[in-house]
Amino acid sequence: MDKWSFGMTMVVVGMGGTICTLVIFSLIMSALKKVFPYKKEEDQ
Amino acid sequence: MFVDSLLNGFNGLTAGFANLQWSHLVMMVIGGLLLYLGIKKDCEPLLLVPIGFGCILINIPLAGLMDQGGFLRIIYDAGVITELFPLFIFVGIGAMTDFGPVLENPYTFLLGAAGQFGIFITLLLALALGFPPKDAVTIGIIGACDGPTVIYVASQYAQHLLGPVTVAAYSYMALVPVLQPPIMKMLTSTKERQTIMKTHQKTVSKTTKMLFPIVITVIGGLIAPMGLPLLATIMLGNLMKESGVVGRLTKAAENEIANIVTLLLGISIGATMSGPVFVQTQTLLILILGLLAICLDTVCGILFGKVLYLVTGGKVNPLIGAAGISAFPMAARVAQKEGQKYNKKSFLLMHAMGANAGGQVGSVMAAAVMLSVLKGMGVI
Repeated sequence: MDKWSFGMTMVVVGMGGTICTLVIFSLIMSALKKVFPYKKEEDQ
Repeated sequence: MFVDSLLNGFNGLTAGFANLQWSHLVMMVIGGLLLYLGIKKDCEPLLLVPIGFGCILINIPLAGLMDQGGFLRIIYDAGVITELFPLFIFVGIGAMTDFGPVLENPYTFLLGAAGQFGIFITLLLALALGFPPKDAVTIGIIGACDGPTVIYVASQYAQHLLGPVTVAAYSYMALVPVLQPPIMKMLTSTKERQTIMKTHQKTVSKTTKMLFPIVITVIGGLIAPMGLPLLATIMLGNLMKESGVVGRLTKAAENEIANIVTLLLGISIGATMSGPVFVQTQTLLILILGLLAICLDTVCGILFGKVLYLVTGGKVNPLIGAAGISAFPMAARVAQKEGQKYNKKSFLLMHAMGANAGGQVGSVMAAAVMLSVLKGMGVI
């Protein structure tokens, strides 16, 4: 594989993969917040 | 006979000087500079002091500290080559980090993703400058702005670059308060910088905080298994902290373990900075590329912050985008300070901490994804 194919694969799959993963994390955490909402009693 | 013996004995005392090369002297000065930055300028002293001292030590000829059986070689082989030191540090970082701000506003994970763009652009630049693929990946990782991640990747795939990339990562992390403000000013308008963001309400339950490290480990590990050690150790530390039931372990992880490993890691990284190996044009190129990586991360983070500013109708201050680069928590403090400079009523710290915690996860994920893509391509 030439270095430009390597570089572009890393950029597209690497950066794309990182963004997708963090979007998934963001969605999961939003869902978890809805499933386990904060209750005021937790402060006590 | 006696005269010969006398001369040989005398030679033993002068051999160190006789074997001293100019590159050793250059590196002793660099070691001294790292000590100066750590001690006098308070720049990452916990790392720069042992690194600087290790750098001076290794450039004293004939001491054999990095030869087979030398005490620095033993520490290096035990903790750096095996990747244990950066992983132990990550347990400590996880135990010290409050991911609450990013959980308050999960969209800040996206700022953490934008703050990793510099890694990939720098990788391309390194390839263009003729670095082999694994070296280019290691240089790009400096942009993760996360010391243990850099050390983990370098120790696995480019051990010969361990010294320069580590020094670059920690030095530039310390320089974040100097590097970021001019970029922030250049890329944002006064109106954008003055944006006041809504104050947080506490909305994250303890259950969510405890599930966060477990879910992230499983999902992240399934997506990028090659980076699971990085992700798992930081999340283990965080689970210990959030569970609240292993206070002794949490305290040990954030104090004793982190301190001992930091000392050993620092001195063994310094030990890789031997003059004849370090004083090369390539090192200078790596330092320049590392600087570029962190600046590009900041640029991309702020640009994404500007997108959020537009999409939300001016509710997000683009300055918090700069905190997406990791460098926890310094980058968040810089965003807060810069925001206050333009609007005394603006309190960005908690929002910036969200982006910063997102950047912490983002940098680890970026490294994990890169390693898994490399594995998929058969490069490693």
